[in-house]
Amino acid sequence: MQMNHDAYDDNYIRSILNNVKSIAMVGASPVNVRPSYFAFKYLAQRGYDMIPVNPGHVGKELMGKPFVASLADIGRPIDMIDIFRNSSHIMPVVEEALKLSPPPKVIWMQLGARDDAAAEKAEAAGLKVVMNRCPKIEYGRLSSEISWMGVNSRTLSSKRAPIPTQGMRLSLNRTSFSGGQTAASDRAAKNKTETP
Amino acid sequence: MTDRLPGFSTLAVHAGAQPDPTTGARATPIYQTTSFVFNDADHAASLFGLQAFGNIYTRIGNPTNAVLEERVAALEGGTAALAVASGHAAQLVVLQQLLKPGDEIIAARKLYGGSINQFTHAFKAFGWNVAWADPDEIESFEGAVTPHTKAIFIESIANPAGSITDIEAIAAVARKAGVPLIVDNTLASPYLIKPIDHGADIVVHSLTKFLGGHGNSLGGIIVDAGTFDWSKDNKYPMLSEPRPEYHGIRIQETFGNFAFAIACRVLGLRDLGPALSPFNAFMILTGIETLPLRMQKHCDNAKAVAEFLSTHPAVSAVNYAGLPGDRYNALQRKYAPKGAGAVFTFSLKGGYDAGVNLVSNLKLFSHLANVGDTRSLVIHPASTTHSQLDDAAKVKSGAAPEVVRLSIGIEDKEDLIADLDQALRA
Ligand SMILES: Cc1ncc(COP(=O)(O)O)c(C=O)c1O
Repeated sequence: MQMNHDAYDDNYIRSILNNVKSIAMVGASPVNVRPSYFAFKYLAQRGYDMIPVNPGHVGKELMGKPFVASLADIGRPIDMIDIFRNSSHIMPVVEEALKLSPPPKVIWMQLGARDDAAAEKAEAAGLKVVMNRCPKIEYGRLSSEISWMGVNSRTLSSKRAPIPTQGMRLSLNRTSFSGGQTAASDRAAKNKTETP
Repeated sequence: MTDRLPGFSTLAVHAGAQPDPTTGARATPIYQTTSFVFNDADHAASLFGLQAFGNIYTRIGNPTNAVLEERVAALEGGTAALAVASGHAAQLVVLQQLLKPGDEIIAARKLYGGSINQFTHAFKAFGWNVAWADPDEIESFEGAVTPHTKAIFIESIANPAGSITDIEAIAAVARKAGVPLIVDNTLASPYLIKPIDHGADIVVHSLTKFLGGHGNSLGGIIVDAGTFDWSKDNKYPMLSEPRPEYHGIRIQETFGNFAFAIACRVLGLRDLGPALSPFNAFMILTGIETLPLRMQKHCDNAKAVAEFLSTHPAVSAVNYAGLPGDRYNALQRKYAPKGAGAVFTFSLKGGYDAGVNLVSNLKLFSHLANVGDTRSLVIHPASTTHSQLDDAAKVKSGAAPEVVRLSIGIEDKEDLIADLDQALRA
């Protein structure tokens, strides 16, 4: 079945976030005002094994994790690659990822980043792909942690909410509705393609 | 497997709410506190730097208010919402994100009288100029667009006359002009109209009216549709430029499709200050649980009352979009098929004096300046809400001297009709 990359079903995103354990973040920044820094820190605090990848910062650390220059330098299997680069820099990262042995299970492109050709290549090799989404936002939304900021998590639950603590993985298994397919998000995607 | 979309009534009861983590309380607790402790210095810094989700201080956010925000965002089909102290505060906070001195907003001429005042006087003093357009003539919106235009503002069902706005036609003008469409959905509520489905980019409400619904709490809310690209052409620097107070982060880049709601919170509410009391949020949340039931009853009663008035000898005209002959009936059937709302006007053959008399003769209807209460309400706009306008402006905004406005409650319709009948005969 052809993946619809304009609007993902919540179950697709949920199964990715529930199953991956290690995430290499390409383009991670040690500057604490960059979105990649927020996302790295949040995902680390939610229990993911995070690896910062950025050739410009080798020798430094991000939350105690040493930067590596490239995916090949990680030297152990990783589940997901989160690409914090502009759309035009995605393809080489995906090509590098596909050379890893074993290859990662998931390629994730950040909010604002999308490369359909790269996605097709990764999917042809059996990888799952998410484009133009932030894993921090999706995790916060599916766990409902994000609704502390008034965000529509598009999930419901009649179970007692957990009290999140550092390093804790939250349950993402709430009842979803219209996962990512609200009229609004469809229209946003459509507006984007209509006005490049 | 695809997710199931719960119905509107299920969302009205459940969206945003979950049993309390510490006590298991099932109703949403009232977190009546000004502030929240930090785990440690690093936690505090990450909250202040917008790196973590969490509570700091009730002016910026509160867990009771957050439930209300998520609930209304879900009902409207938006990505996020921000609750504020009143409907007027919502309008102020929205426009502060969009306009700089010298910028313009195009607003429908048919608006709540208080909004006309706010735009004409208070906003003018900020250097925000308003160009008025007629929602019955879409070309007047097109003609008002200039290089300084930053937004278009309309009401879905317009106060006071209950006229229905062609949201899709005006959304097309906004899209062409590259500006967001803001829809005040107060009189319709999302039960009747969901403006985002028709092209709105931002929805605002006075929660004081049908959403709260019981005439006991002021409140307002801003819903972000997540549809507008704020960074295009750098027209909206509050969202696209680095924010010095947050270490240079860019709001849209960081928060994606709910960036506008975040900007309203961390730039607007934080600095302007019109926070909603958690107690009011609780009252309004409780009201929203019965919104679908109330709204249908409001509409059914209003239709019966409008039908009664339309044949009454003392009445010269009834403006109710739910009546078959009404000029807005076609738009009502398109945009609000479940009902035309509960706020409408009618004209008395006896003019201004008959309006004043009617109001004083009614026994069940309350004479006051509000709409969207369980109780039926009446007002004579020309001598009250719209009294600051000159006669020509009164007529243009639907508040001519012989006009009386009703907001029909959820009592028994027979009693409402009997009260109007005795008052019209008295
Ligand atoms: C359509 C509409 N918008 C906005 C407002 C202002 O709301 P508030 O009184 O909550 O500030 C009102 C109040 O009457 C209204 O009817």
